[in-house]
Amino acid sequence: MTTTRPAPGTPIAYRDPERQALARRAARRNALVGMASLVAFVVVVSFLVSRTPGWPAVQETFFSAEQFTESLPGLLEAFLLNIKIFLIAEPLILVFSLVIALTRTLRAPIFLPLRVVATIYVDVFRGIPTILVIFLLGFGMPALRLQGVPSDPVFWGTTALILSYSAYVAEVFRAGIGSVHPSQRMAARSLGLSVWQTNRYVVLPQAVRNVVPPLLNDFISLQKDTALVSVLGPIEVLRQAQIDASSTFNYTPYVAAAVIFIALTIPMTRFADWVQARMARRQRAGGVA
Amino acid sequence: MTGASEPLLGVSGVWKSFDEHPVLRGIDLDVALHEVVVLIGASGSGKSTLLRCINGLEPVDAGRIMLDGSVDVTAPSVDLDQVRRRVGIVFQSYNLFPHMTVLDNVMLAPRKVNRTDGGRARDEAITLLERFGLAAKAGEYPDRLSGGQAQRVAIVRALAMQPELMLFDEITSALDPLLVGEVLDAVRELKHGGLTIVMATHEMGFAREVADRVCYLHDGIVLEQGPPEQIFNDPREQATRDFLARVLV
Ligand SMILES: Nc1ncnc2c1ncn2[C@@H]1O[C@H](COP(=O)(O)OP(=O)(O)OP(=O)(O)O)[C@@H](O)[C@H]1O
Ligand SMILES: [Mg+2]
Repeated sequence: MTTTRPAPGTPIAYRDPERQALARRAARRNALVGMASLVAFVVVVSFLVSRTPGWPAVQETFFSAEQFTESLPGLLEAFLLNIKIFLIAEPLILVFSLVIALTRTLRAPIFLPLRVVATIYVDVFRGIPTILVIFLLGFGMPALRLQGVPSDPVFWGTTALILSYSAYVAEVFRAGIGSVHPSQRMAARSLGLSVWQTNRYVVLPQAVRNVVPPLLNDFISLQKDTALVSVLGPIEVLRQAQIDASSTFNYTPYVAAAVIFIALTIPMTRFADWVQARMARRQRAGGVA
Repeated sequence: MTGASEPLLGVSGVWKSFDEHPVLRGIDLDVALHEVVVLIGASGSGKSTLLRCINGLEPVDAGRIMLDGSVDVTAPSVDLDQVRRRVGIVFQSYNLFPHMTVLDNVMLAPRKVNRTDGGRARDEAITLLERFGLAAKAGEYPDRLSGGQAQRVAIVRALAMQPELMLFDEITSALDPLLVGEVLDAVRELKHGGLTIVMATHEMGFAREVADRVCYLHDGIVLEQGPPEQIFNDPREQATRDFLARVLV
């Protein structure tokens, strides 16, 4: 048997057309089988669910189309507050947690007090349920009636989220800093870079890159946890759904609120997946930024 | 005392232990300007430790390390950043910064430490890269380089700070044998340019060729030193003879 040799002047990459046709056919068949099995699955599940005795009541209470369309506009409007809380909290959390993580890496004895404070902060706020922090600040601070202390529940709810999440995100950053090999620090110091310059130009860029996926994960979580602020009373989406539901004795508004959250978190989750896949690919390919 | 009569590097009576395990036990070593000194010795004899002490990366337990007879690297008050600007070091594992291009690796310290302006730092970096046959790689990231290229970039990166003294710690040990030659060529080029060098190596052939003086480290001291012909052909100490018999097959 002889192998086909490309004639002089043909491009280097040569693919056997017969093999390619086979591969295309296999790919088409796989897609078809996948689709068919998915459709079959959906049909069977919906059939089984709709045959359960409780289904009509469930449908009316949770999935009423009429209730859904009625409450959706109000919910969306209330959701703007969730978005606002999120947009204010996220950048502050990033900055605050980075400062805490860096503080915890300082080794000089003079920084001992700072290091102790940062460590206690992380221990405390990682230990307290977020909702409890929100209660403590949201009800406690205004009760002090101190001059100049705001009593706005949104302010205190957002502050509580920032305090709570910064403790988690600081640990994410710290893990990232720890993942940079010590020889990188040594190489930078041996070139005459100061401790600060070494962090700024050598350690942190690599550390942040290493923790982008877990960071995105925490932010998806934060999007959802903006609903916790509802316990203080401001009309965000969950509170609005609660109001709607209690006036009609129908739970569809809760489902509508859930749909709104999902509509926001799914794109974010896909984005996180994409970033992660891209970084993994780049690592394999030996990355060009 | 005038600077001219002082060696560029003066190591005297340096002791260093790790957890009660003494590695350096009174090292004396003077290195003159433009001199190339090669450290040889068994694995674990303290070659790397000595080089790291000279650069201030490791504190010593006792003794002095003087630059120019004026700056004491071991003094508690010394500005180590200042010392490291004058003393470059290249390691066995190249330790390039993986998130920066070759050019940015080379320019980082001149720009941030010496505050050289961007344009000039770039010109100087490109000139250095050209000198070592790396101009075409300026825009690459380190993981696209061969080991030999990466190690030459590490040398260029250290050179960009215009050190007066260069320390090389087994810079060819991690390399594929085929790539050792290009890195050794770079060292020859530096010797030719008059740079003062202290290097640890297991490449005895190269040590013989490039060294002005060879120092044999044994039991934490410089047991024997001299010109390469003397050390390799006519070692005085039995321990040196045994060591050379083992490494020169
Ligand atoms: N940071 C450290 N902590 C503890 N022990 C160390 C440390 N660095 C070096 N040592 C020990 O000091 C001794 C000398 O090590 P060093 O790396 O200086 O030897 P070397 O001559 O460079 O050896 P090689 O030829 O293998 O590179 C070894 O026993 C080593 O285990
Ligand atoms: Mg060594």
